[in-house]
Amino acid sequence: MSAPATTITAVTPEGPEVAAAPAKRRRLRFVANPKAATGLVVLAFFCLIAIIGPWVAPYDPSARSSDLIQAPSGKHWFGTTHLGQDIFSQVLVGTRGVMFVGLLAGLVATALSILIGVSAGFLGGAADDSLSALSNVFLVIPALPLIIIVASTIPSAGDLMVALVIGLTSWAWGARVLRAQTLSLRRRDYVEAARATGESTWRIITFEIMPNLTAIIASGFVGTVIFAVMSEITLAFIGISTISEWNWGTILFWAQSQQALAQGAWWWFVPAGLAIAVLGTALSLINFGIDEFVSPRLRSSGRTRVKTKDGHSVRMRVGFTPVLSSKQAPVTPVVRRREEEVA
Amino acid sequence: MKTPVLEIKNFHVDYGLGDEAVQAVRDVNLTLHRGEVLGLAGESGSGKSTLAYGVTRLLPPPGVISGGSVVYHPPSGDPYDVMALTDAELRKFRWAETSIVFQGAMNSLNPVHKVSTQMLDVIKAHEPQLSPQARIARAQEMLKLVGISADRMDAYPHQLSGGMRQRVMIGMALVLEPQVVIMDEPTTALDVVMQRQILAQLVELRERLGFSVLFITHDLSLLVEFSDRIAIMYGGRIVEEARSKELYTDSLHPYSEGLLKSFPALRGERRELSGIPGSPPDLRGMPSGCSFHPRCPQAFERCSAEIPVLEIPSARKDPNRSVACWLPGRTA
Amino acid sequence: MKFLLQRLAFYVFTAWAALTINFFIPRLIPGDPVTSLINKFQGQMSTDAINSLYVLFGLDKNASLWSQYVDYWGQVFRGDLGLSFTFFPTPVSEILRQSLPWTIALVGITTFASFMIGTSLGVLAGWRRGSVMDGLLPVTTFLSSIPYFWLGLLAITLLAGPDSFFPSSGGYEPGLVPGWSGEFIGSAIQHSLLPAITILISSVSGWILTMRNMMVTVSSEDYITVAHAKGLPERRVMVSYAARNALLPNVSGFALSLGFIVGGTLLVEIVFSYPGIGYNLFQAVGAKDYPLMQGVFLVITLSVLVANLLADVAYLLLDPRTRKEG
Repeated sequence: MSAPATTITAVTPEGPEVAAAPAKRRRLRFVANPKAATGLVVLAFFCLIAIIGPWVAPYDPSARSSDLIQAPSGKHWFGTTHLGQDIFSQVLVGTRGVMFVGLLAGLVATALSILIGVSAGFLGGAADDSLSALSNVFLVIPALPLIIIVASTIPSAGDLMVALVIGLTSWAWGARVLRAQTLSLRRRDYVEAARATGESTWRIITFEIMPNLTAIIASGFVGTVIFAVMSEITLAFIGISTISEWNWGTILFWAQSQQALAQGAWWWFVPAGLAIAVLGTALSLINFGIDEFVSPRLRSSGRTRVKTKDGHSVRMRVGFTPVLSSKQAPVTPVVRRREEEVA
Repeated sequence: MKTPVLEIKNFHVDYGLGDEAVQAVRDVNLTLHRGEVLGLAGESGSGKSTLAYGVTRLLPPPGVISGGSVVYHPPSGDPYDVMALTDAELRKFRWAETSIVFQGAMNSLNPVHKVSTQMLDVIKAHEPQLSPQARIARAQEMLKLVGISADRMDAYPHQLSGGMRQRVMIGMALVLEPQVVIMDEPTTALDVVMQRQILAQLVELRERLGFSVLFITHDLSLLVEFSDRIAIMYGGRIVEEARSKELYTDSLHPYSEGLLKSFPALRGERRELSGIPGSPPDLRGMPSGCSFHPRCPQAFERCSAEIPVLEIPSARKDPNRSVACWLPGRTA
Repeated sequence: MKFLLQRLAFYVFTAWAALTINFFIPRLIPGDPVTSLINKFQGQMSTDAINSLYVLFGLDKNASLWSQYVDYWGQVFRGDLGLSFTFFPTPVSEILRQSLPWTIALVGITTFASFMIGTSLGVLAGWRRGSVMDGLLPVTTFLSSIPYFWLGLLAITLLAGPDSFFPSSGGYEPGLVPGWSGEFIGSAIQHSLLPAITILISSVSGWILTMRNMMVTVSSEDYITVAHAKGLPERRVMVSYAARNALLPNVSGFALSLGFIVGGTLLVEIVFSYPGIGYNLFQAVGAKDYPLMQGVFLVITLSVLVANLLADVAYLLLDPRTRKEG
């Protein structure tokens, strides 16, 4: 640490550096980010419903009754369908299917992206070329039509099947990002040092490289879940997945096929859609939180307005440093050189 | 005699606001005279770059100027305080009166525009009355002066070598013929041979165009050769200021001595190279009193108690130098 | 140029991959739905038609996989994608030729508009940090989380109706003959407004966000400080120096997101019964019309590849660093 005076290694204060803080404090700081916190709370809420939904639901979602197409009331909070089924129960029970597929697909896709992306980045050479080609192909081929076609050729596309199909087709983006990161990390000094001392490849990947990828992996996972949720709802809406298992898309499928709009039954499709939107927003917020955690620059800046010397209030911005109204700055006395008088 | 062209008075720069503010530049008083080269030396974290950027208000957030003024003396007209200018006036002032040659030209040039575009747009912004041909002529002339032929004008930054890019930066900085050019480590990223060439070019350009230079670097050996006067910064303050020759042969501040002993002389007797033990202070937690005292081989009790005052040393009675140190002979 | 050739090679490779996937999928279908359908229509199909279906679906159990593959390629290159079952006896290629222009018009125009609007707003949001623009972000995020089709349904409920200006379905007024007449074009535009607005609202936030993030990142680059130091007008710094550089990753991101855009458009077409290929896919899936499904997938994939290529060309023009000269 004691470098000779004429070489430069010290840092100029530019803003709080994330690297030095111990891991625990960093995680807490992530959760303290209001966007991420909100997202996590909402997500937790949905997970809770997914677990307890079927028990809490007032009616069996498939049970018919004689209250056909009724507006929301005390008896049926979200109204009923054309068969007298309670929509509220459908939404509650459907949460389980949605969350299950979303999370499973996310896991499968993330696992694949880690496997392929990190290997490609780390191994390099021919392995890298072929894996990259593979991921590029999957990246460019439009996912939704592929999913639709594959899912429709499978006779009974239950939740598990749908989750797998989505997971197996949406790993490419994450793989690409991870590959790029791994490539840049591989060249870092500490990795080179580990290789030079003969540490095994597997250990290097697990202990030196992976910890630095966690943020990207987390972000990729959340993104895939969002995509998976959207996709499975789309599949259900089009009528591809089985109708026996309830999810929000199935509700919308029935609403569409029964011309709910034409009958003015807005309550049939509003709750499901809103639920999707809220879940999607929550997941996006978590992703923003991760983004901002990784690069502090992206944070919505805190206090940016300052009062300047001439009384205005300006925003701090690049290129125009504000001049503050004079504070009580300690002025060390300076004896002015007399040369100015000796002109 | 020399008249001042840029007077920095009681200049304070902070990063951040309120209690969390880090004071990067503390109460700096410095005067640049017309036609002279003033060197500013110090380690990273000493505040020299912050000072340079602060003078033209170019610090990015969370930097703020928390006190002081920078009085500029134009060739004709009344002097004015740069800190008091409005945004529009500041834009007019920038580059036309004071320009900056930045460190690391690769990132300083816009990668998606040709060199010619970057030269021309600044001429257009400041002298809109010139015709396009006149603009191009001016740009070509300036590039020729820095040793870049006209056919390279349409190149993109990534197509030029490091040395050429730095020349482009210098050419760009001089194209409006400013009074003051601030150079922030202009040769640090280059190899020694290129360094020499660029410096020689600068000397030539100065003779032809007559601008004043504020030369910022950590490399004291460069300054000894190239500048008329040198100011040494440590921990956000100026600790010594003198004419280069005097600083080299007869430095008064222990930090200056340490810096000078850190590089070998090409001529003269062999002497032992010694560095300065310890590391630069963290601006968030400065030592009490003189910020250098933890590393100073000659520190005594007063050093940790009071901040030294920058003044003419009693032992020299030379009005052209000053030092901030409590050692006997340094204080008035 | 080398860059472009590399990309071209890659797209050719991907096209090959897509076609191969297309070749294999129907062979995975359990049971023999195609054969039964052929039998149903046997009397009405020519031998050639039956043959082409055999090739497409690998129904000829005697031929080897490789010869099937070769035949498949030959057929695709002739543009023969078989006959559709739902629209029997119209060939699939004919159906797609009619519906593709609608989709391209809708997707092309709205995507372009969305990109432009989103990017511009993103530039402003990223440039003026800490200002009112920051409040834009949560709103647009919420809007983008709403599924395209739900927004469409909502739009229909709220805005369309028997008396309103916005028609609730179709590509044009039923009864009008498709052609280049002013009346038809006017009606077509009128019918496309609601789907277009739906897509716009839903997709614009993605662009705003990515552009904003890139602007923030670029703003801390040295050349921006230099641009300010040069005393250039604010607009020039924001546009020529910052936005021009921040745009680059967005353009390549744009290409990648085309696949997703296509997906969203499919849904919108379904909701609005808009006569594009998305709607065709919907009909095909409902009726288990495999030839049509395959055909749609192929066309979509190839279109996306072409669009990607165009985006690459745009990137080449924008970033001089990719034009490696000698």
